[in-house]
Amino acid sequence: MGTIWVHAEATDGKVATMTLELLAKARELGDVEAIYAGADGDVIAAELGAHGAAKVLSTGDLAGGLVGPALAAAMAEAIAGGATPLAIMLGTTQDGRDTAGRLAVKLDAPVITNIVELDDDGGLVGTEPVFGGVTNVKTKFTSDKPGIFLIRPKSFAAEPSGGSAAAVEALAVPDLGATGGAKVSNRFIEESDGPKLDEAGVVVSGGRGLGEAEKYQMIEDLAKALGGAAGASRAIVDAGWVPYSYQVGQTGKVVKPDVYIACGISGATQHMVGMKGSKTIIAINKDPEAPIFSIADLGIIGDVHKVLPALLEALSAR
Amino acid sequence: MKVVVCVKQIPDPADPGEMDPGTKTLKRDVKLILDESDSYGVEMALQLVDGDGEVVLVSMAPNNEVNGLRTALAMGADSAILVSDDALAGTDALGTAKVLAAAIQRADPDLILAATESSDGYTGTVPEMIAEILSLPSVTFAKEVAVADGGVTVKRQTEAGYDDVTCPLPCLVSVTAGVVEPRYPSFKGIMAAKSKPVDEVGVADLGLDPGAVGWAGARQDIVAIEPAPARGSGEVIEDEGDGHERIIGFLEELKVI
Repeated sequence: MGTIWVHAEATDGKVATMTLELLAKARELGDVEAIYAGADGDVIAAELGAHGAAKVLSTGDLAGGLVGPALAAAMAEAIAGGATPLAIMLGTTQDGRDTAGRLAVKLDAPVITNIVELDDDGGLVGTEPVFGGVTNVKTKFTSDKPGIFLIRPKSFAAEPSGGSAAAVEALAVPDLGATGGAKVSNRFIEESDGPKLDEAGVVVSGGRGLGEAEKYQMIEDLAKALGGAAGASRAIVDAGWVPYSYQVGQTGKVVKPDVYIACGISGATQHMVGMKGSKTIIAINKDPEAPIFSIADLGIIGDVHKVLPALLEALSAR
Repeated sequence: MKVVVCVKQIPDPADPGEMDPGTKTLKRDVKLILDESDSYGVEMALQLVDGDGEVVLVSMAPNNEVNGLRTALAMGADSAILVSDDALAGTDALGTAKVLAAAIQRADPDLILAATESSDGYTGTVPEMIAEILSLPSVTFAKEVAVADGGVTVKRQTEAGYDDVTCPLPCLVSVTAGVVEPRYPSFKGIMAAKSKPVDEVGVADLGLDPGAVGWAGARQDIVAIEPAPARGSGEVIEDEGDGHERIIGFLEELKVI
């Protein structure tokens, strides 16, 4: 078995669920080392170790610089200096994509994206769903470079392995020249109260069928009544009704709750990719031809402006 | 200011097509259209230039396809560079970035705009690869962009919210859908687009090694193309005033309430 590098991400000293999912898969495939860009590598070392990372290679503080160029340059330099990872796994996040893109150029090595499964079959084979998940394409690298894999969220179950804290080692970032020019001056958090969208047991999402931004309140109310989280289709995020952090789909969050309730969402491929892994799907839509009904366990052909108020009233009367 | 916008011409998403099992590439025998995701970059470029500068489109497409480029030219872009070459069949994200980067160098822009990802391939890695090839800084996932004092200021989407990011020019910015409201081409725009220059180039014109692109350059084998396990549908009923009761009953069954 070779060494697998896993791009670790963390907020406020807590490792991202996406990273824990990657670690669970990586330790099946080889010896795991986490690669981290941030000042608090020593803080997250215990959690990374508990999920199977033997080491965490950490850049330290980037002084406002973006992760992508710094981490890609640091990894490329480590590889030039003799490190030989068999594969590099990154989550499909903003920083994961930036890092993978820059690293691919630095190593002149291809990337396989949108991976939902990774198997060792005399070389790593990545599975990528296309056409909104109706077809799976399995791909293998033929170069002798490390395989770079961008993994979709919720592809693997995060599970601790009971390992001890990862050993922290410094990962040097070389001079980035012009590529390090972008700097973060402020960070803003927009997440709503209640359970997190990608961790909630119940997700209620709204789409264009709501008609206007004010009607989104019904989605929030229903989510609250069911102890769940509120989500949205890309259409209403683009329209500015709700922030991007609410978006479910290819370009947003991937959710796999026990129950997903789609309200006024027709079911564009973009959206279905992000929610079709839900255990149970309930859909309310006026259009009997809406694609969402093809994957719904219970479909209500009806007007969300009638069904939702009646549902909210019935729930509050209980 | 000179802005290059990377645009992709794709099969109509309403009719996404299928994989050709023989060539293991997307069947592209249909007319291609401008990827809607790219209309935001085109609009953003037109607004940033605001009549004082130039907007150049750069695209890579099979069969000298210009249909989608004409749409963006009709919106107001000034000219286009189209890379079309049989040697490009099977090109992956990295190969695409090499081609686009070489084409962009011909235009020598102050700012490069791209969508965060295409609607058909959605690897979401090409913009950042282009920046690295050209040794430029970049800001990806921009939901607001302003240009001032030789740099850009961007609100960059993050998992939890957004970051304010500043970056000197020249640089690359990838924009999210919804960043601006793309204009509809006017009749005058559509007529004018027919005579706007489209510089058609091949791999050799860009000084690229044909081995770095196409299937050979991708250095990957597709070992299988399989149907994914289908998710069946359940019961679909018409709401006759009792739709909410059916949902309540179903949620009770699932022990959610």
